[in-house]
Amino acid sequence: MVQLNLPKNSRVGVGKVWPKPAGAKNLKEFRIYRYDPDGESNPRTDTYFVDRDDCGPMILDALLWIKNKIDPTLTFRRSCREGICGSCAMNIDGLNTLACTKGMDDVPGVVKIYPLPHMPVIKDLVPDLTNFYAQHASVEPWLHTSSPQPEAEWKQSHDDREKLDGLYECILCACCSTSCPSYWWNGDRYLGPAALLQAYRWLIDSRDEGTGERLDALEDPFRLYRCHTIMNCANTCPKGLNPAKAIAEIKKMMVSRQV
Amino acid sequence: MAHSKPPLHRPLSPHLQIYRPALTMIMSIVHRITGAALYFGTVILAVWLMTAATSASSFAVVHGFLGSWFGQLILIGYSWALLHHMFGGIRHFVWDTGRGFGADERHLFAVLTLVGSVLSTGLIWVVVYSVR
Repeated sequence: MVQLNLPKNSRVGVGKVWPKPAGAKNLKEFRIYRYDPDGESNPRTDTYFVDRDDCGPMILDALLWIKNKIDPTLTFRRSCREGICGSCAMNIDGLNTLACTKGMDDVPGVVKIYPLPHMPVIKDLVPDLTNFYAQHASVEPWLHTSSPQPEAEWKQSHDDREKLDGLYECILCACCSTSCPSYWWNGDRYLGPAALLQAYRWLIDSRDEGTGERLDALEDPFRLYRCHTIMNCANTCPKGLNPAKAIAEIKKMMVSRQV
Repeated sequence: MAHSKPPLHRPLSPHLQIYRPALTMIMSIVHRITGAALYFGTVILAVWLMTAATSASSFAVVHGFLGSWFGQLILIGYSWALLHHMFGGIRHFVWDTGRGFGADERHLFAVLTLVGSVLSTGLIWVVVYSVR
């Protein structure tokens, strides 16, 4: 349901201002969402100052610098630091993106960092993605076939393989789904852009023989049709993919199988 | 994870409060708002026609109200809502064909919807006031 304001336990207060690093000349200010699941208090935003002369260029470098040098309790997910694992997805300067591929120079002034929007927060910048992963699993992201297994691999022409470009690159970082107001209000029933892009990736795979059943599963007022082409997904995808377009293609497939 | 709080007690991360609005996002919600506003505009239109069909005195009341500066403001708003919703509808119609999803295209569509609706509303009312 649409609830424009935050529930009482989720309202964000003003937190602590951590001291500036001594002797640093080139400072960048960060305001970061903090939530401690072991305490009783509401989330807050803490202010940190990063010494840019002592720190790498990316937002993730700054987060690690803060964790190493100022506040070891700051909690976030990260792994590959090169935009392929999707772990460090968060809301930076009002847009969802990966901390590891977003440069500090790209953010003028204070850098404001929040967890991915409208998600249950486990701690600090770590959201609970259980529902998001379950939705991905629900589109059965694997090859469905009824033909006898070939001797070697399932073959595909170059042209058919090209149809997967712009789809297979998705790293499931959840930036798109958590940028989508439709997903905010109906995330329990609407699959969201990430899961639907994956659904389309299997729908147009020339080797897949489950197209009919896949479309049947999506033929639902909520699962697919809560997409209202708001375009936040395509605007925010850190891999430059276009879930909105993939969803439109699914809607077209729905129509074309009926005519 | 084993010791984390049960999901029900977890806070919800901020959303509208912190998300940076994009023109495409704003045009989407404006499309909805204008769509809803059209219901009220249609009621005004229906009342105006009903009074015209019933009695001269009741028509004079409604006509007088719509002719006042406030009534004219409502009518300008109604015509803008109608045109904005129409341009938005055309935009959605193009999207339904699978076209217009590129980064530049979708931004251009959003700009055109807004500029188109404001210009056409302005044009209509310039014509209305000049022939009156």
